[in-house]
Amino acid sequence: MPDAVALHAEPHGHGPAHAHHPAQKHHFQTLEQQAEAATLGMWLFLVTEVMFFGGLFTAYLLYRVWYPAAWSEGSQELNIVLGGTNTAVLIASSLTMALAVRAAQTGFRKSSITFLLLTMALGLTFLIIKFFEYREKYRLSHIPGPNFHFEGPHAGQVEIFFSLYFALTGLHAIHMLIGFGIMSVILWMSVKNRFSPQWYTPVEMAGLYWHFVDIVWIFLFPLLYLVDRAHNVA
Amino acid sequence: MSGHISPKSTYYAIFGALMVLTGVTIAVAFVHLGSLNFPVALAIAITKATLVLLFFMHVKYSSRLVKMVVGMAFFFLLIMFGLTMTDYLSRGWFTGPYGTTSAGTQVTITRTPAPVQSESGH
Repeated sequence: MPDAVALHAEPHGHGPAHAHHPAQKHHFQTLEQQAEAATLGMWLFLVTEVMFFGGLFTAYLLYRVWYPAAWSEGSQELNIVLGGTNTAVLIASSLTMALAVRAAQTGFRKSSITFLLLTMALGLTFLIIKFFEYREKYRLSHIPGPNFHFEGPHAGQVEIFFSLYFALTGLHAIHMLIGFGIMSVILWMSVKNRFSPQWYTPVEMAGLYWHFVDIVWIFLFPLLYLVDRAHNVA
Repeated sequence: MSGHISPKSTYYAIFGALMVLTGVTIAVAFVHLGSLNFPVALAIAITKATLVLLFFMHVKYSSRLVKMVVGMAFFFLLIMFGLTMTDYLSRGWFTGPYGTTSAGTQVTITRTPAPVQSESGH
C-alpha cells in the first residue's frame, strides 16, 4: 500500500538502508517468507472449511447408509442437466482463476483483470443456474418443511435427502457469494495496480479459496445428483 | 517473489482432464454396477479434487509444511467419517443383557412420533 508507506515513512525511519517492497510487513524478513506465511495461514483456514463441510458430508453418509432407497428416489428428482452444466461452469471458472493468478505472477495486469472478470462471470452463471434449480424445487414442493410433498413410499426419508441437499448446496452457494465478494476486492486491487510479479499474494490466496469451493462442488455433484441413479433405472 | 509459475499448457491439460472425468462420472452413473457405483463415483471425484489441489492450488510446488497441512485436513476428515461409521454400522451387532435396542436397524421416519417401546428392562 503506497499511501500507507508514505504515511509512516518518517516515524520508523524509512531510508535507503531500510528499503523494502511496500507490501512487506516489518515482522517478515523477506517477501518470500511473508508469502509462505500467508499460504500456510490460508491453508489452515481451508482445513477448518474442510471440517465445516465435513460435518454435513458425515450426515449425508450416515443417512445414505440408512435410507439407500430414499437417496435413490431423491437423487432422481434433481436436474442432472443443470447440475452437470454447473459442474462444467465451475471447472471453467477454476481454469480462469488459475490463469488470472498466472497472469498476476508474470505481470500481465490487463490479462489478469480479464481472467478475474471471466471468473466472476462464471461464478455468477453458477449462482443463476442454482437459483433456477431452487425455484424448480420450490414449485414441486420439494423444500423440506410443512409444505413438503413427495409421492412415494419413502416421502419422509426423501425429505431428509432434500434437507441435506439444501444444506450442502446452500452452504456452497454462500461460499460462492463470498468468493464473488473476494474477487471484487482482488479485481479492484488489480485495477489500482497493487500487484506485481514481486507481490501478488492476495490474488493467489483468493485463488486458493475459489479452487476450494470448486472442490466442494466436485464432491457434491456426484453425491447428490448421480448417486444410485442406475439402481432405479433397472 | 519466487512462486512457481506453471506453463499455460498445464492448466489447459488439467481443465481438459477435469471435463473428461466429469463426463465419465455422469456416464458411469447410468451403468448398473451394483454396490460399485458409489465407490467409482467417489474415486473419480477424489481424482478430480487431487488434480485441482496439486496443479490449480499449487500444492505440488508448495513447501512440505503446506503439504502436511493439506494432508492433515483429509486425515482428520477420514477420522470423522471412520469413527462415526464404525459406531453406526456396528450397532445391532451385539445384543445387550436386557435384549437388543432397535439401534442399527433401519428406521422409518413417520410424520407422527413412533409409539415408545414398552419392553425396557430398566
